Amino acid sequence: MALRRIKADLHVHTCLSPCSGLDMSPREVVHAAIRKGIDLLGICDHNSAENVLAVKKAAERNGLMVLGGMEVASSEEAHILVFFDDDDDLLEFQEHVYRHLAGRNDEHSFGLQVVADDEDGVTGFCDRLLIAATSLPAEAIVARARSAKGESLVIAAHVDRESFSIIGQLGFIPPALDLDAVEVSARMTAAEARERFPDCRKYPVVTASDAHGPEDIGKRFTWLTVEDGTASEIKKALAGRDNRKAEC
Amino acid sequence: MKLNDLVKEFGLEVRTGAGLLDAEVTGGYVSDLLSDVLAHAEDGVIWVTLHIHQNIVAVASHKGLSGIVLVQGRQPEKDTVAKAEEENIPILVTSLSAFELVGRLYKAGIRGA
Repeated sequence: MALRRIKADLHVHTCLSPCSGLDMSPREVVHAAIRKGIDLLGICDHNSAENVLAVKKAAERNGLMVLGGMEVASSEEAHILVFFDDDDDLLEFQEHVYRHLAGRNDEHSFGLQVVADDEDGVTGFCDRLLIAATSLPAEAIVARARSAKGESLVIAAHVDRESFSIIGQLGFIPPALDLDAVEVSARMTAAEARERFPDCRKYPVVTASDAHGPEDIGKRFTWLTVEDGTASEIKKALAGRDNRKAEC
Repeated sequence: MKLNDLVKEFGLEVRTGAGLLDAEVTGGYVSDLLSDVLAHAEDGVIWVTLHIHQNIVAVASHKGLSGIVLVQGRQPEKDTVAKAEEENIPILVTSLSAFELVGRLYKAGIRGA
């Protein structure tokens, strides 16, 4: 397969995240991404992957690539994006996260957690407290992802932000944390982040939208020169191996 | 003790919930981990934190807290103010550090669980 340069927005929520709008249904997410010229979408709801398969199915009909994952909140309240090439790995990882996530959602305070199908039918509501943090330290989250059978991609989310980022919560990135990249939010450019946070010079940087509404999808993205949108190809791009590239 | 008494006594800046200062403060809690507040803060307490993100409002609303005090002069984010107004959660700001403020609250009779 030939290398091509694609536009990737690796951090997009769906209506499953309590803080997202109902308009972030699988079909709407896919259509908004296509409207914005996005080629690869990373789906990562808070502590859950229950809408990933629906988005993948909706995307397949439209020729959009989707990488399935979730945004896990560590016990330090740092958000970590974890993606898998294999859906079974993702669902197994989700079970592990669920075993370490206490509480029930309060829809009034936190918002609805809608599980939808690829035709935007509501198939249920997740009643777990997805807004909460797991009891898993960041290192345990990464280690668990790495123990999957297939390839995993692990990115520290919005490290430039004060809340819910590994740098914001700990003040630094623990050297033992086996990250593939750090993500910089829409608040600053990758160059600004490297300037401001020395830890950002130690890892490949990606930028992504962290969209919670359709209008934000693709607002920030990363150019990837890859063969396809799999975690294994993205890892090569982040490491600059085999002529793959990541630019932002 | 009512929120209004604390506002007057410690010169707290009222950012949201000016009409809700009649609420009774039943105790105090200080933490910068939201999951800790979710797990341990009790109904009616005032929460002292440095977090300015809108999720503090969701946590305060869910737990039925009497209000939030942001320390070190930290101002709530725009989304936080909007959500607090919608959810009727008073947000107060002090220029004091958490240590100083909590010491003074304790002296004024506010207690932890």
